[in-house]
Amino acid sequence: MCFPAKIINFNHILMGKLFGSSLAQKLVMALAGFFLILFLLVHLSINLLLLGDNPETFNRAAAFMSGFWLVKIFEVVLIGGLLIHIIMGITLQIQNWIARPTRYKKRYPSQTSFFSKYMIWTGGIVFIFLFIHFLNFWFVRLGFVEGDHHNFYGMAHQLFSYMGYNIIYWISFLILGFHLHHAFQSAFQTFGLNNRKCTPVIKTIGIIYSILVPLGFALIPFVIYFFK
Amino acid sequence: MKITLDIWRQKSPNDKGKFVRYELDGVSKEMTFLEMLDYLNDKLIKAGDEPVAFDSDCREGICGTCGLFINGRPNGPVKGITTCQLNMSVFKDGDTITVEPFRAKAFPVIKDLIVDRSSFDKLIQSGGFISVNTGAAPEANSIPIKKEIAERAFDAGICIGCGSCVAACKNASAMLFVSAKISQLALLPQGQTEAKERVRTMIREMDRLGFGNCTNTGACEAECPKEISLWNIAKMNREYYKATLG
Repeated sequence: MCFPAKIINFNHILMGKLFGSSLAQKLVMALAGFFLILFLLVHLSINLLLLGDNPETFNRAAAFMSGFWLVKIFEVVLIGGLLIHIIMGITLQIQNWIARPTRYKKRYPSQTSFFSKYMIWTGGIVFIFLFIHFLNFWFVRLGFVEGDHHNFYGMAHQLFSYMGYNIIYWISFLILGFHLHHAFQSAFQTFGLNNRKCTPVIKTIGIIYSILVPLGFALIPFVIYFFK
Repeated sequence: MKITLDIWRQKSPNDKGKFVRYELDGVSKEMTFLEMLDYLNDKLIKAGDEPVAFDSDCREGICGTCGLFINGRPNGPVKGITTCQLNMSVFKDGDTITVEPFRAKAFPVIKDLIVDRSSFDKLIQSGGFISVNTGAAPEANSIPIKKEIAERAFDAGICIGCGSCVAACKNASAMLFVSAKISQLALLPQGQTEAKERVRTMIREMDRLGFGNCTNTGACEAECPKEISLWNIAKMNREYYKATLG
């Protein structure tokens, strides 16, 4: 396949020069993170179909998401983005721990962004949930785990009928909300977008997003458990 | 008033170091924090003990020499001041004050509360020069600069390189310091010629010196004695992407 020279050149510069520095790592991490933020919206809109009474609607959407070639490419990019986000996050965090070998005895919590202090931990918990999630659905589709991948609607409804699973689900999304609360505005700062007009708007959208999206996800098992 | 001090004592760079508690009576509310330490040292010397080593120079908040970590934050509980501008009137009789050196791998402790901040000098050196003739002050209006731009450059230019940002940051990142220098010069016409080279080399040097990475927490901005804005970090990010991808 022949790519225009400009794209090859861009790629060369990006990987060769940019990747070397901490700023480049941060940019890649933020881009991957923002991509995941956008994906969550797509995921939520499909999940909301679970609230409908017709399993076909959801199953058709799920089949489309796993069958259509463009979505398949998107899936590879998504998994790649997730892995890059995690690898960059851990690498940067280790560098940060090394940068302060001796801790302070006393610390005043002066940080203006509370959740930013716990990103590695909230991220870790979300990752554990993702693994459970993959075990339940994605691995079934790939054939690693037994299950009927033509009826994700039934599988989801079955899972949401266990209170134990729902509690894990709700806690995970609460933690994801904490993660997103800082992540959203932080990504824009890393992109270099910070000014008097935009930043307050970005921060507000970030707060609304980090509340509404996890709440939307959490609402589905709630409705299924109590009202279906 | 009478106060209790928990002060970090460390004989040399390789010494393990420990906190030593001092009960200090007769502290006046009119004293500055550094005068209170002078007063303590006077008592220690008279008693035949080793005085507490700490840095200070101008004692009027413009040189950036005197940073201490007081009660869990750089320069103590008052916003927008250096350690030398901190007054004892903010403390109460009977208070316990913890005094620590700035902690970062790039700021190793030399003795007691004195840290080696020469990594900041190396960062400045890595930024290089501007190829504009200096000499006599030029006519102010020969290069017109928008008021907003001039103000932004000035706001970045007032950084005194004290290291409070590094001390406050949970990652010991020097991004606020470096970004203040980068954006000050990148905003003004005099800094344009070497702008790309400057941001690349300063970032490379910042990473090499072992500072942590910025996680956009904002502690640096909250604790900076000159209240340098996080806006500068975003500006530096833009400058870096331009220099690397452009």
